Amino acid sequence: MSSLPVPLQAQSQPAAAAARPPRRALSTRWISTLTVLTLLALWWLVTAAGWVEPLFLPSPGDIVRKAASLLSQGYMDASLWQHLGASLGRIGVALLAAVVTAIPLGIAIGCNRVARGIFDPLIEFYRPIPPLAYLPLIVIWCGIGELSKVLLIYLAIFAPVAIATATAVRTVDPVKLRAAQSLGASRTQLIAHVIVPSALPEMLTGIRIGLGVGWSTLVAAELIAATRGLGFMVQSAAQFLVTDVVVLGIVLIALIAFALEMGLRALQRKLVPWHGKSY
Amino acid sequence: MALLELQRISAQYPGAASPVLADIDLSLGPRQLLVALGPSGSGKTSLLNLIAGFVAPSAGHITLDGVPISGPGAERGVVFQDDALLPWQTVLGNVAFGLALAGVPKAEREARAREMLALVDLAGFAERRIWQLSGGQKQRVGLARALAAEPRLLLMDEPFGALDAFTREQMQELLLRVWQRSAKPVLLITHDIEEAVFLATDLVLLAPDPGRIVERLQLDFGHRYAAGESARAIKSDPAFIATREHVLARVFEQRKSTRRETA
Repeated sequence: MSSLPVPLQAQSQPAAAAARPPRRALSTRWISTLTVLTLLALWWLVTAAGWVEPLFLPSPGDIVRKAASLLSQGYMDASLWQHLGASLGRIGVALLAAVVTAIPLGIAIGCNRVARGIFDPLIEFYRPIPPLAYLPLIVIWCGIGELSKVLLIYLAIFAPVAIATATAVRTVDPVKLRAAQSLGASRTQLIAHVIVPSALPEMLTGIRIGLGVGWSTLVAAELIAATRGLGFMVQSAAQFLVTDVVVLGIVLIALIAFALEMGLRALQRKLVPWHGKSY
Repeated sequence: MALLELQRISAQYPGAASPVLADIDLSLGPRQLLVALGPSGSGKTSLLNLIAGFVAPSAGHITLDGVPISGPGAERGVVFQDDALLPWQTVLGNVAFGLALAGVPKAEREARAREMLALVDLAGFAERRIWQLSGGQKQRVGLARALAAEPRLLLMDEPFGALDAFTREQMQELLLRVWQRSAKPVLLITHDIEEAVFLATDLVLLAPDPGRIVERLQLDFGHRYAAGESARAIKSDPAFIATREHVLARVFEQRKSTRRETA
């Protein structure tokens, strides 16, 4: 009699565990959604009840209305779309330039001892410096035009992409290299058919990290005599205490960063479906 | 036909005090299935790496049809212990990879790859992805890939070591059928005594410290399987059992003598 409850308990536990996974997958999404909704509700509550001055925190409704008016009338002689376009254009050009240069350089650093000797210390030297620290130098060298802004973002993206690529190239499975060599692959064929595809998942992770860093450098870049851009909009609005534009700008910057990250994750799933699978 | 010759081969890793292989003489010719059997540390994989050209010997010559080997090449196909397939290509892409590297047109290389897949009983798997295959299927793709590049000989590094016992037996029988049909010389490395005795036309037994050949046997069990006798009948034949026990005794003898040396 006394031994009966033990096997019963043991039996019921695996059954409960088996039933749980699908419910848990759903609930993670739900927790995230509820968190966002709760924060929005709190925001609305404290502003609607008048506990916080609109100067410090405008209500969600004000932000939406402001967004509509910015879309039609603009802010500081440029519509919201133009601010958005200017920022996206800068990060787009910087990202393209960084990918085009950092990936070949990363491959060279990973494959070639001399290239590693030359570029590894250079990248490691400038990478930990905050962009705001070398911003003045860039302005002195390259002026206050578009070039300085793009260059600052470019430098922020370049390092993580180059480092991720070089590390990935250096850690390519030697058995795969040998397999290709024993099938007659030349040095260039090895790079094109084995090294680059092997390193692709880490390259994309490097681009994800780089894009995150680059996007957060945007505001710093738009400190340099900008007349358009989300970063410029936020700073300029802050100087005139237009808090609703500040909050709107911050929300937009966050939403775009989130969309970029999700897009890149989707791209990673599509381009490297084998990543993270045991094969 | 291909003839591989190793003359007085020694190999030593840089910085190591004693060589991994010392004074190895071997030859591999047409219709041979040479199995190198030995415990770990006897330099089996080093031997294969030397022939494949992944590493250079510290002394001696390796020639294929009289031409010295200098580095890896498509005329020596290799099947690896863990499949080493490329996950960004389909099964068909993997099998056709060697021909693609050689610049064979797409239609021609895919036709050839499909033939090879049929040879290893994977005809319906051309469009599968690598991670959708079982361990045994991956090794068969690895074998098809090596064969598709039309090597002059085939090197296999413990190809069935990671498979379960049942799949391993199926793979051994498949290898014998493929070997019989393609008529390519094969060098196979293994630590499985029964596998070695069953497959080998020529068996060399390696002993460690330094890796050297201690016995050479000529066997015909693989031929008998290829001639139509069943694997179970061969493996329960007293002659097979006697050979297996003999090889087993030799391996233990080696181990005892090395233990006495170190004691």
